Amino acid sequence: MSVQTPAAAPPQRPQDERVAKRKLLHTVILRPELGSVLGAILIFGFFVAMAPPFRNVDSFATVLYASSTIGIMAIAVALLMIGGEFDLSAGVNVTAGALAASMIAYNLHLNLWLGAFLALFVCLAIGFINGWLVTKTKIHSFLITLGMFLMLQGANIAVTKFVTNSVSTPRVSDMEGWASARAVFASSINVGGVSIRITVLWWLVFAAVASFVLFKTKFGNWIFAVGGNAESARAVGVPVNRVKIILFMTVGFAAWFSGMHILFAFDTVQSGQGVTNELIYIAAAVIGGCLLTGGYGTAIGACIGAFIFGMTNQGIVLAGWEPDWFKFFLGAMLLLAVIGNNAIRKYAASK
Amino acid sequence: MTSHPQWESRRASAARPPRTYRRWLGAVAGLTLIAVTAACSSTGGRPEATGGGIGAGQADTDPITIAMITHAPPGDTFWDMIRAGAETAAAKNNATLRYSSDPQAPNQANFVQGALDAGVDGIALTLAFPDALSGAVQQAANAGVPVVAFNAGLDDWERLGVEQYFGQDENVAGAAVGERLNEEGSQNAICVIQEQGNVALESRCAGVASTFNGNSEVLNVEGRNMPGVRAAIDAKLRQDPNIDTVITLGAPFALTAVDAITDSNSEARVVTFDTNAALMDAIEAGDVEWAIDQQPFLQGYLAVDSLWLNIYNDTVIGGGQSVLTGPTFIDESNIESIADLARSGLR
Repeated sequence: MSVQTPAAAPPQRPQDERVAKRKLLHTVILRPELGSVLGAILIFGFFVAMAPPFRNVDSFATVLYASSTIGIMAIAVALLMIGGEFDLSAGVNVTAGALAASMIAYNLHLNLWLGAFLALFVCLAIGFINGWLVTKTKIHSFLITLGMFLMLQGANIAVTKFVTNSVSTPRVSDMEGWASARAVFASSINVGGVSIRITVLWWLVFAAVASFVLFKTKFGNWIFAVGGNAESARAVGVPVNRVKIILFMTVGFAAWFSGMHILFAFDTVQSGQGVTNELIYIAAAVIGGCLLTGGYGTAIGACIGAFIFGMTNQGIVLAGWEPDWFKFFLGAMLLLAVIGNNAIRKYAASK
Repeated sequence: MTSHPQWESRRASAARPPRTYRRWLGAVAGLTLIAVTAACSSTGGRPEATGGGIGAGQADTDPITIAMITHAPPGDTFWDMIRAGAETAAAKNNATLRYSSDPQAPNQANFVQGALDAGVDGIALTLAFPDALSGAVQQAANAGVPVVAFNAGLDDWERLGVEQYFGQDENVAGAAVGERLNEEGSQNAICVIQEQGNVALESRCAGVASTFNGNSEVLNVEGRNMPGVRAAIDAKLRQDPNIDTVITLGAPFALTAVDAITDSNSEARVVTFDTNAALMDAIEAGDVEWAIDQQPFLQGYLAVDSLWLNIYNDTVIGGGQSVLTGPTFIDESNIESIADLARSGLR
């Protein structure tokens, strides 16, 4: 399709090869995120028309916040999906990171930054174990990470209960490091009179970094190659296993970051949180043009997918619709977005 | 005196490990040094010693086993207090507590069957799905095992042949909230449901609406995604600036509602159902005005204690009527006496 395997490209100069072969219009129409961009514009217009408060700039800042908390994870999940793998443990890994940072710092009387630092190892280790098991056993990542999902779901609750004697963590806002960590992970910034949450900025930074890695580095090429056809990638010398493990660890990093946001935004962490979010991350990546089969997709697309989700989520509330239908609207919106996206992709492929 | 000669002599006296090993040692030592000096928090953290707990001694009756089966979702602070109450009563009554929970009705029925198979002496269960559990309750009656219901099933426990019930009438509790809001002059309220379709939560909001003179509206949120909850409440407050009261149905959501109100520059106040330790600080600080408490610890405690009394004394509490454990209010007037108990998980 749009992305070539390195079997056809000399490993030294893969980008020149890809760019040279496409004309501009063709490139635009083949962009994986094209469908989601159109969907986002449609949904945006729809809610602007239907929900008067949606037109308010402050409301839009809230839409962006809701999108960013999904989007930061969706970017990492999208990279992993482009690399041909899946992570069902991503949602509870976020909670695991937040719980670990809080409990380690609280019980050992550590500065919260050190707690956060140690929690990073926990989240990366979970990602590493996922990746290592997938590459060692050759079992589909759906099963490996489903196992990890269930284990983490249980461990989050059981370990928290064991350590704190409750199923939520104690408050840590009176500990050292709180103010500075909160500033980094969970503050708001005033941009032209509008209060923008810092997760929105981090979301943009991560999207830029992920896009750069995907399209401007050798490693990005490896990701596409590994997801497109792992065997031929291996045949031309791509370290397939290492790439996959790094991608799983990238999800672990994003989970850690999201977990830190939750900890420093909400102070106490509920150990049952995060379940079902993994599906929303995957949904955002798919809406944004990632294929479930791997080898295709972009980080920007995942961001737009998360944005569509955030808009729909907030838009329904802002429109003041009957709350009993809430989930139905959400599902219908997502379905429409995916189908529309799919249609455009097919149309583009037939050209 | 400089430290240099000392360092030299130490190095000379020790057998030199290989170079990489020494590097690792250095890294570990460095990290430890950072940990103990710069990175310690002198404020907050785990208290050095924890007191609390009800030291009520232990009965010398023969040991019994009691199964407690609930519809609790995993990792919920409210249910953790119910369990704490049950554990306290079990310890006092020389009983072993087998706790199991599952939000799915068929799994609860299986747990009841499993408890009977294991030969427990009594069963305490929640009847959130009364019809799905009626068969299992009948099985227990046939086996001669006493059953008490608690927390959920107020309208159904008698019909199923259960002898005792401990809990709160969610509708009555909601009605009490509505009346108090009237007294305090609220006009427009939203009732935030964190688990769409949960019968008990719906009837709380229905109870509020039944007595509240102002306008009340339900807002459904995704309870397992806290940033989503925050954004949804924020959005609702922007959509309707007339909202002056946010009613949440669980303590963690009350704390999130406080944040959402700040985000949206709303003037609304927060009241909530149910409590947890963190909520005590919020009530003390005035961020949350009050909580309506159904005393979950008491529900768990009474369920187990009544089974013990029934087994050894053949007594029944309530005389065929349900025993209400709530609603009571926790506000600035009584927070002082309750806060420490709540922090040690007893309220």
